[in-house]
Amino acid sequence: MHELSIAHNIVTIASAAAAEAGADTISAVHLRIGALAGVVADALRFSFAIAAEGTPLTNAELIIEEVPVVVFCPGCNAEVTLPNPRLFRCPQCNQPCGQIVHGRELELVALETP
Amino acid sequence: MSYEAKRLIEIRQGVLSKNDQLAAELRSRFHAAGVFVVNLLSSPGAGKTSLLEATMRTMLAECRVAALVGDLATDNDARRLARSGGLVRQIQTGDMCHLEADIVARHLEGWDLNQIDLLFIENVGNLVCPSGYDLGEATRVVLLSTTEGEDKPLKYPSTFATADAVLLTKMDLAEAVGFDQALAEANVRAVNPLAPIIPTSARREGGLAAWMAWLRERMAARS
Repeated sequence: MHELSIAHNIVTIASAAAAEAGADTISAVHLRIGALAGVVADALRFSFAIAAEGTPLTNAELIIEEVPVVVFCPGCNAEVTLPNPRLFRCPQCNQPCGQIVHGRELELVALETP
Repeated sequence: MSYEAKRLIEIRQGVLSKNDQLAAELRSRFHAAGVFVVNLLSSPGAGKTSLLEATMRTMLAECRVAALVGDLATDNDARRLARSGGLVRQIQTGDMCHLEADIVARHLEGWDLNQIDLLFIENVGNLVCPSGYDLGEATRVVLLSTTEGEDKPLKYPSTFATADAVLLTKMDLAEAVGFDQALAEANVRAVNPLAPIIPTSARREGGLAAWMAWLRERMAARS
């Protein structure tokens, strides 16, 4: 359960950004989370609600964009999106591909004020 | 009542950027001092400490080896590893389920990195939480023991997909527990087509030569 520590990081970064922008209240937090980031969205929402208490992020909604796994396929010489993060094979040519390009992201994209 | 329009404040920052930055600093310190760092990951009880004990015993004959050992509580593992004669320090994480770069940095205090060639960081036994935390390591090795089932790589792709090598451990128990090695290897391959898969047994010293040959090759390639 490392989601609580991740939630604390989000609150720390977001609070600083909100203060810098002069925003007293944040209504939503936009995140990008890769399929290989090892983060469970529901656990993060639960932890975030606790971590955000008493900060400008109290009651803010977490809006999560899931980032699929993208690998480089040497056969196709192209970046391809995996339909299944548990099968590292090119959906075009079926060749095994292990070079991860995307999918490990854990990014705080933006904040919304009411 | 405020009539201020709804605003979007752009951030675009990694949630773990502070850890990533500390890990990058550690990586340059390790590089400057010529320390090759291995981050060892597995579920609890997969045999990290036994593998490490056997590995340290052999590698100490050829280079200066140290280990940082992460655990929720107790220093049993560090005491076991100290028997090998290497430099060992326990990291008690309390309730933390993974190691972070700043914990590693703090536990390196007092050690002269120039006196270390090979440093193992034994992560907390957990196949989920440690995977997103860079510790400044040169290589990441994941263990899968014969007693825990062949489908672990499919259940925990974030850890297995990012491994530079996967060690099958406790191979001496494979037959007794009905471990299907071909299936386990196929499952590792499904999420990680590139990492070598090395079957080992710390108790019978099986496969350790192959594992250490891989390690030496990686150390040589780096320096």
